[in-house]
Amino acid sequence: MTERLGIVISGSLEKAVEVRLDGAVSVEDMAVGRYVTIEGQKRRFFGMITDISLGVTDPALTITPPDITDSFTSEVLIGTSTFGTMQVSPYLVIGGDVDSLLEGPQPVKTVPSHFSVVNLASQADIELVFGSEDEGRYYIGTPLDMETKICLDLPELVKRSNGIFGKSGTGKTFLTRILLIGMLQKSTAANLIFDMHSEYGWAGTSEGGTSVKALKQLFPAKVAVFTLDEENARRRKVSTDFAVRIGYDEIEPEDISLLRQTLNLTDLAVEAVYQLRRHLGKSWLHDTVKLQDPDEIKALVESLRIHESTFQNLQRGLATIERLPFVIPHAQDNAVERVLGFLDQGMNVVLEFGRYNDIAAYILVANLLTRRIYDRYRERTERALGEGTAGPTPLVITIEEAHRFLNPEVASHTIFGTIAREMRKYNVSLLVIDQRPSGIDTEVMSQLGTKITCLLDNERDVDSVLAGASGRTALRGVLARLESKQQALIFGHAVPMPVVVKTREYGSAQSYREFTAIDQSASQEQVEKDIEELWQ
Amino acid sequence: MTEISEKIAEVIEASTADFTAQCYELYQLPPLGSLVKTSDKESDIEIYGVVANATTTGIEPGRRPIARGKDEPDEEAIYRSSPQLARLLRSEFSVLVVGHRQDERLYHYLPPQPARIHGFVYLCNSEETRNFSQSLDFLNILLNTRLAVPADELAAAALRQMSQAHEDSHAFLVTAGKELASLLGGDYRQLKSILGRLK
Repeated sequence: MTERLGIVISGSLEKAVEVRLDGAVSVEDMAVGRYVTIEGQKRRFFGMITDISLGVTDPALTITPPDITDSFTSEVLIGTSTFGTMQVSPYLVIGGDVDSLLEGPQPVKTVPSHFSVVNLASQADIELVFGSEDEGRYYIGTPLDMETKICLDLPELVKRSNGIFGKSGTGKTFLTRILLIGMLQKSTAANLIFDMHSEYGWAGTSEGGTSVKALKQLFPAKVAVFTLDEENARRRKVSTDFAVRIGYDEIEPEDISLLRQTLNLTDLAVEAVYQLRRHLGKSWLHDTVKLQDPDEIKALVESLRIHESTFQNLQRGLATIERLPFVIPHAQDNAVERVLGFLDQGMNVVLEFGRYNDIAAYILVANLLTRRIYDRYRERTERALGEGTAGPTPLVITIEEAHRFLNPEVASHTIFGTIAREMRKYNVSLLVIDQRPSGIDTEVMSQLGTKITCLLDNERDVDSVLAGASGRTALRGVLARLESKQQALIFGHAVPMPVVVKTREYGSAQSYREFTAIDQSASQEQVEKDIEELWQ
Repeated sequence: MTEISEKIAEVIEASTADFTAQCYELYQLPPLGSLVKTSDKESDIEIYGVVANATTTGIEPGRRPIARGKDEPDEEAIYRSSPQLARLLRSEFSVLVVGHRQDERLYHYLPPQPARIHGFVYLCNSEETRNFSQSLDFLNILLNTRLAVPADELAAAALRQMSQAHEDSHAFLVTAGKELASLLGGDYRQLKSILGRLK
């Protein structure tokens, strides 16, 4: 059923189309973020309500308002002299012209003509635009006040780096979990998740304090949990696949330069790291920290022409790293190899940080592992290019607190900055999770393919998330009015137009069944196929 | 049983936009704003109009009535003691033409010809009034006239009269009010004054 809302009275493609509501339609029933269709003379447009306002035909009405206790007067005036208007941003053409009939929804290049009728979008319209759940499309949530499923095009999503943003407590973690499950089921990409607060691997907690299952519990065959803190994992009764240890000799100067701010190092101290590495060789970190004899220090700094205070600054910083329990003189097992081993099998790896969830540990480990994994991927991709074979499995790396890695000061020389900018060239992309998107380098932000954002209320954060999006002013209103829970605005490559979703449920037994349903039927099919092959 | 339209007056002056009729009986004036009609048998057109003004004067323009009741006990007694008065005075009303009927169709705009002198004027019955007021296009004519009676008063009176012919008079008035609101979009003061007179 289509519900008529009003007619188009003015507008422009740049801003939005102004719609005057019919007298019978209450302005209070409208909501920003809802979908409408506009029946133009030749085309059907699909758009979103971005603003709602009140209008009067005569300004005198606002100066000497009528007596609203008189029902007759108010009945007459509503919808005639006083009326509601709304701004609708048309995003897509969903019918009428040849392209949209043959190839589905097309981006708008014009506006509907005067007095075109505006209807509330029907379920069928929304399905036409956002598709229904299938092999590549993944159900992420429902539009506001509707039961239709909104689906993300996952193969399209993992082609680029993506971002999930939102204030603390707005459901970023839940959204990320849902998205990770989707990628795990419906895309060919493998995931590596740097799980700062140990929420994605085994179990997490909801705002209400109840425990919710995470990836490993739902998909034991597809997820490996690595940990930095075995004791913590044991206490939480998490079965881990590998305990990550990092040897002093594995830490390189590049790993330190990213930690400059966190460790309070001066620029000169970071310079000195490179000199020390050259001078002392592989065990430079251990040697530097252990050097306590004033004479030896003097001799070393003089020979390297480092200022003594710089050296002290560096020593203090490095001592912080050395104190991390998972950093040991020499690691027996190579964590990078282990991660790659699992990823190559198509497994997804969650690295839990346990108790070591301070930012220094997180940056050190994430950066160290990613840099090496990325190097391997680059090697493999280049070899594959040379040999004309398929490249390695696409890899999506999930990082939290992304502004620490991608802020303008460090983004240009960290591995994450490189991945975000160079995108898919080497089959590695990022899933960036952050609560202060304004802290992220604009160049990186502009390269993110799909942005999913929960409520943000800081002006600068909103600006940085919406930078470059078409209809930014309109989206700003929508973003500012998201509810603080379970609602998100999605825009970018994976959806044909910006969309506000109420994210699907996560945490009930029913939701777990729904998430795993596809997987079980797929594995069932696989088993049957294997049996058949055995008998042949 | 359908009501029969009552013959009340006769056209004595006519132009395209209005006409004046004289009542057969002194003071038997139709109410302000009521719908009346006169027919032109020759061209088979019925002209509809709204009573816009009414006067009672002496029949001779130069002679004004004089006060007579000083010694009479009540006003009725004046007319009883001077029975000629009913002949020396006359009641007239002017009618604003708001539409016509031709070939069984109603048009809410001016007829091609004005009314004929001595055409009989009938007060429309409820059914005719209801039919005519199905469309409110005539309101524009009422609002845009310059008469002795202010347009606001006239429009309000006409709508009040018409609403009585409708079963749901409140709904009719709301519809009419909305029509007025769209006609007077830029003039809330006038709208408010008319709405105030509709209640």
